[in-house]
Amino acid sequence: MSLVNFTAREITCKIVYYGPGRSGKTTNLQYVYGRVPEARRGRMVSLATQTDRTLFFDFLPLELGTISGFVTKFQLYTVPGQSYYNATRKLVLQGADGVVFVADSQARRFDDNLESLQNLQDNLLGQGVDIRQVPVVFQYNKQDLPRDLILTQDEMDDALNFRAVQSFSADALHGAGVFETLKGVSELVLKKLAAGSQVA
Amino acid sequence: MTATLNPLYRFDTLVVGAANRLAFTAAKAVAESPGTVYNPLFVYARPGLGKTHLLMGIGHAARAINVGLSVEYLTLDEFVESFHAAIAAGQGDAYRRRFHDVDLLLVDDVQFLTHRREMQSELLRLTDTLQSANRQIVLTSDRPPSEIEALDERLIRRFAGGLVIDVSAPDYETRVAILRRKADERRATFREGVLEAVASLPIDNVRELLGALNRLVAFQAVSDTPLQPAQARALAGGDEVRDERRPSDSQPAVTPAADEFSDFLSEVSATVAQQVDSWRTKVAAAILRWEGEGFRTTRIESLLQQEMTVDPEEVLRQFAADVARLQALYAEAAELAPDLAGSTAFRDPDDIAGAEALTQRARQGAHPPPAPSPLWKLDDLVEAPSNRMALQAARAVAAEPVSRYNPLVIVGGSGVGKTHLLHGLGNALATRSKGPVACLSAHEFTSELIEAIDRDAVGAWRARYRSSAAFLLDDVHLVADKDRTQDELFVLFNYLIESGRQMIFSSGVPLSELTGVEARLRTRLEGGLVVDLPAPDREMRHQVLERALQGKMTTADAELVDYLGSRPAESVRALHGLLQRVMNAAESKGVVPSVSLAREVLEAPAPKAPRRPATRSSGIVAPATGARSREKIVWDWPDVGDRIVEEWR
Repeated sequence: MSLVNFTAREITCKIVYYGPGRSGKTTNLQYVYGRVPEARRGRMVSLATQTDRTLFFDFLPLELGTISGFVTKFQLYTVPGQSYYNATRKLVLQGADGVVFVADSQARRFDDNLESLQNLQDNLLGQGVDIRQVPVVFQYNKQDLPRDLILTQDEMDDALNFRAVQSFSADALHGAGVFETLKGVSELVLKKLAAGSQVA
Repeated sequence: MTATLNPLYRFDTLVVGAANRLAFTAAKAVAESPGTVYNPLFVYARPGLGKTHLLMGIGHAARAINVGLSVEYLTLDEFVESFHAAIAAGQGDAYRRRFHDVDLLLVDDVQFLTHRREMQSELLRLTDTLQSANRQIVLTSDRPPSEIEALDERLIRRFAGGLVIDVSAPDYETRVAILRRKADERRATFREGVLEAVASLPIDNVRELLGALNRLVAFQAVSDTPLQPAQARALAGGDEVRDERRPSDSQPAVTPAADEFSDFLSEVSATVAQQVDSWRTKVAAAILRWEGEGFRTTRIESLLQQEMTVDPEEVLRQFAADVARLQALYAEAAELAPDLAGSTAFRDPDDIAGAEALTQRARQGAHPPPAPSPLWKLDDLVEAPSNRMALQAARAVAAEPVSRYNPLVIVGGSGVGKTHLLHGLGNALATRSKGPVACLSAHEFTSELIEAIDRDAVGAWRARYRSSAAFLLDDVHLVADKDRTQDELFVLFNYLIESGRQMIFSSGVPLSELTGVEARLRTRLEGGLVVDLPAPDREMRHQVLERALQGKMTTADAELVDYLGSRPAESVRALHGLLQRVMNAAESKGVVPSVSLAREVLEAPAPKAPRRPATRSSGIVAPATGARSREKIVWDWPDVGDRIVEEWR
């Protein structure tokens, strides 16, 4: 995917929200959608099943305007979390410049988180990409739930964040941590673009 | 009248951002080497963007590097005013001369040249004068030269011949940096977000920005509570500004209702500016630098013009490595073949192969100079009172080249051993020197020069000798009347002496009697140590004969040695000639060489042999008798062509 185009003076970043089903990926995008001025956002495409689960993927284009002479666009995607939609996940993951791994903080979803993280690593490897080379941040969602139901941020870090990348505590439904997460991954992606390794 | 430089307007007080980085880089380059990089340097920008700061910064930085540098700063109005005053006082010429001696002339606000034909002519003349004397001129204007109304086309071309560069409005990050620095200077502290709120307003003039900061400082000084970002925006006129101006396309729009998104946008802007824009300007700065040093920058220019497919940092690193390679090749080639100096083949990093090929050709053309003959050793020379001084001088030079006698000139007649001494000394020097030792006769030197002229390879020929660690020239008197040879020898002499190389000459004629040799060359030879190598004395003749006889017979006949040693012989070579005649007679008669045989051979009247040409194609023949060298006397010229060539030399 072409990210920095000096001829068109354009920067395009593709960020994929990954994680187990019902962890809150679409909620993240919906919150962002609600906070972006109308002129700056494209139409959010969301293909959901009858039970309101993501069937295909969500897509939210953001036009950030001209920054330092570059027309800057962010494309936010989510993948379907359910394990049987792996083909779709692979498709969406292609060309991702950064990944937000949205984990469900509920203790009972511990294994689902691990399985999804493993799946992310496998899918990236399938595309010849080492997860260590991709900007990734963790978001531990649903931290607003009662303490006895969830793992804390430190506990979640211990369980998932082996490489000690940036992690964010979030309550995507009410917006806490949503933009912080987006800022975190954006910074990593842009720094990596500037370093040229993903410049295409 | 010339204004003084404002001490606050220095490079270190200038906030450098994407908008002024190129101009700053160029200004620094000019300050570091006035008159050599971009001359003239023309900086233009809208008012309030730091032109004067940059201009005075150049003056300060240049003075810091070179205290003795003459720097003049003045605005165009001052320039005009003082010119008119000088003309009125009849001091026009003095006024012009005053600027001609300035090393660095800084002229501000040249946009006021509009419709001033007379001042345009003066500035044109001054620019030409300063440029031709490698003195620097820097000008600023609020518009590019081509947009200064009614500006002389020649001035526009002069400015374009240097570097014309603009300073654009500072971006958000630079505005924040300016506000922070100025707040620090005023020791004013604001709550987090206050300065950022002001910087987010579309104020793109630094003076207006500082005006806004002044209002904040004043307000906070009389307020009991710290200023809030919203208050700061209002104080800085943010509401009015937003009402008056449409959101700039270069600034992401900020919607008050969407604070989280605004924050996000602000952070993304900062990151993009820091990361992406920083190396864009880095590429541009690299172009400026390498272009200024005369290298073709097509490759890195393409980074800014084409879609990126590679890591620009890597491209810059590779480009710098290629430039370094070109510089190394250039240095080598210029040493081998000075006529390659200035060749543009060493200026294109995209054509390293071309530069390599050129250097290879230079290497091939620069094979080592002729070395001293290995047959002659310094230790083989017989030491006697007659040659002791020359030998001691030679040993001193061999022991301490350059530092003792440079040049060393050995003067002596033909056959006294000058050539032996020269080559022996050359061999002694060769054992301890790192570079090649050149040792040849003046005749060979001239022949090589002629051949080099013929092959159009004089540069490579010169380089051969310039690369030598020591240069020994036999029979230097033979350069008489050969003007070109003398010219080349003179230049080579100066180069080698200045480069700390040893030079040794032999001459068959005392230097004071040298005719046909330019005084500049002769006096240089006389400037070293001139030692005589006289005809061999009796002791030397005895030693030479004893050594020669011991080489041919088991023991030297003392009587024969005495007899031969008492015979008149002006040179060692003549002595060997006498001995050879006796040995030949003894061999033909089948007897042992003796005094009686020697008397018979040497005292008998010489037969009148018809003169016959020697076999040498030069037409040089030996005299039938006498002590003069057979190699140095030309009896006749069998081939007129040979003589013409010789005279031409």
